[in-house]
Amino acid sequence: MTGLDGAHATHLLEQMLRVRRMEERCAELYTQTKIRGFLHLYVGEEAVAAGILENLGPDDAVVATYREHGHALLKGTPMTAILAEMYGVAEGCSGGRGGSMHLFDAANRVYGGNAIVGGGLPVAVGLALADKLAGRDRVTACFFGEGAVAEGEFHESMNLAALWDLPVLFCCENNLYAMGTALARSESQTDVAIKAAAYEIPSWPVDGMDVLAVDHAAARAVDAVRNGGGPHFLELRTYRFRAHSMFDAERYRDKAEVRTWRERDPIDLLADRLRQEGLLDDAGLADIEARVAAEVDGAVAFAEAGTLEPVETLTRFVTSEPHAGREVR
Amino acid sequence: MATTTYREAMREAMRDAMRRDERVFLMGEDVGAYGGCFAVSLGLLEEFGPERVRDTPLSESAFVGAGIGAALGGMRPIVEIMTVNFSLLALDQIVNNAATLLHMSGGQCNVPIVIRMTTGAGRQLAAQHSHSLEGWYAHVPGLRILTPATVDDARWMLWTALEDPDPVLMFEHGGLYGMEGELDEALGPVDITRAAVRRRGADVSVITYGGTLPVATAAAEELAARGVDAEVIDLRTLRPLDDETILSSVARTHRAVVVDEGWRTGSISAEISARITEAAFYDLDAPVSRVCSAEVPMPYARHLEEAALPRVPDVLRAVEEMGLGG
Repeated sequence: MTGLDGAHATHLLEQMLRVRRMEERCAELYTQTKIRGFLHLYVGEEAVAAGILENLGPDDAVVATYREHGHALLKGTPMTAILAEMYGVAEGCSGGRGGSMHLFDAANRVYGGNAIVGGGLPVAVGLALADKLAGRDRVTACFFGEGAVAEGEFHESMNLAALWDLPVLFCCENNLYAMGTALARSESQTDVAIKAAAYEIPSWPVDGMDVLAVDHAAARAVDAVRNGGGPHFLELRTYRFRAHSMFDAERYRDKAEVRTWRERDPIDLLADRLRQEGLLDDAGLADIEARVAAEVDGAVAFAEAGTLEPVETLTRFVTSEPHAGREVR
Repeated sequence: MATTTYREAMREAMRDAMRRDERVFLMGEDVGAYGGCFAVSLGLLEEFGPERVRDTPLSESAFVGAGIGAALGGMRPIVEIMTVNFSLLALDQIVNNAATLLHMSGGQCNVPIVIRMTTGAGRQLAAQHSHSLEGWYAHVPGLRILTPATVDDARWMLWTALEDPDPVLMFEHGGLYGMEGELDEALGPVDITRAAVRRRGADVSVITYGGTLPVATAAAEELAARGVDAEVIDLRTLRPLDDETILSSVARTHRAVVVDEGWRTGSISAEISARITEAAFYDLDAPVSRVCSAEVPMPYARHLEEAALPRVPDVLRAVEEMGLGG
């Protein structure tokens, strides 16, 4: 093959590995009860976040779901702050008040971490509306699963974004299961991209296990959105290798199906291709793994050293600073 | 001072806000070309154009959520929902997002949105346009709940609400829009943290808000004729409640009647009653009394609707039962 930019592809590989190794450690930490609550891992789906976020700039915004560790990390939230958040300590990116499902980082324009399926879509539409009203050329990327297309908020948001020609990139992470409900068991029309097309939104399916394909599609879509092309929609066909959350007997899918998808592990696919083209060797991969491992170790150490938010501050941030009360007249 | 209606006062408040701050815009169903379901925004489209007076599809959840997103993005949206009953379609956005984002993000994400909606009965609109659910919203930490009941508050609360860095819900009782009153045109942004004593009195505290303020005031006049000096408190803000004004009044009058168009069970009137009982029990000469709507979905027929709503005779009866003015 020709035209593969080795440095760029290797960078994407490293980005996926950062997410993968971070989350593998999260799973261990969960079994050690260092992390509690719900923990939804993105293992298998890394090519989606890596390929999309590669095409966003610092001023662009991200609205994601409760499976958002990778999105926050690749948008620029330090791994230290993400791990600390899962530990529930004050140094976490949400001060320990959000947890795994609610990673926020206003400085990097990461607006959650929304754990209501479909609930992030209207917010993304509004962020884009603000940009349009203010005349800014920023893009808001909104991630959601295929389960969200059954929600009314999905359809309302598609319509509003298209009607008002807003700069939103809708990224549907179609991993085939809404928790345990297969797409075909929940939708009369299983072609997700068609639903967006019905709202006059340019939309197309993308192989979500191929980070280069995602990167390519995202480059095209982000460019169009940024240049006044209105909302765009990518259906990223991917697969979740692990349980929905940490407790899941996986009664709803065959082990053979999981094995088949694992054969298309996005990290292996890219690493194999880089090797075939002579752009990566064992030493190169080992270097990447070592850098990533050091980052993960550093993040865990940071979280371990975290401090608990004093209970006295429990009700802080329910409202902002006390209101500058004026006289009632 | 000038005579105006509550509706015109609210319209002037929005016009003023949009003139003063280019980040402010209005969106909702039929706010533009139609002029507002209750004609509150009539004429604003012509003055500010369709970008800032933005008609929406019938998608309460999406346009309220879009208001939240726009607020996160630096705008100061005013979102109008036709009635509180319709706001239930946007409950996810209001309760799960607007109210939580600041806390859930550890203080990073303010949501400076103002959501206005009509509430209340009295216009024979039956059970899907007439309820008073502001007390529900007052249950939720992270929201500020305003209930303007005078032309001055209709005119001047919005300014303060838009300066609030957090989400504010304004409940406008549909029966008040045509109410005329003297507007203090020089008042400026008013306090939205305190209740107001609308009538001073020594014998009983009649505590109310919104659409039942005229009921409480009329009852107080009737009581005066019977030799009972009632104090009327307009709560103005249901969350946070102004405990100080309520309790200091009860400490003087030793009797309290709460008048609330919401249903009695689990209501804001229950909350107020509980707070008085907790904090001023030994000041009381009689149990706290409540005058609320009958516990039925609001019926259409006029006589049934009237029977369901808190009215002057109900307030008088409650005061009589305390041993006053009978």
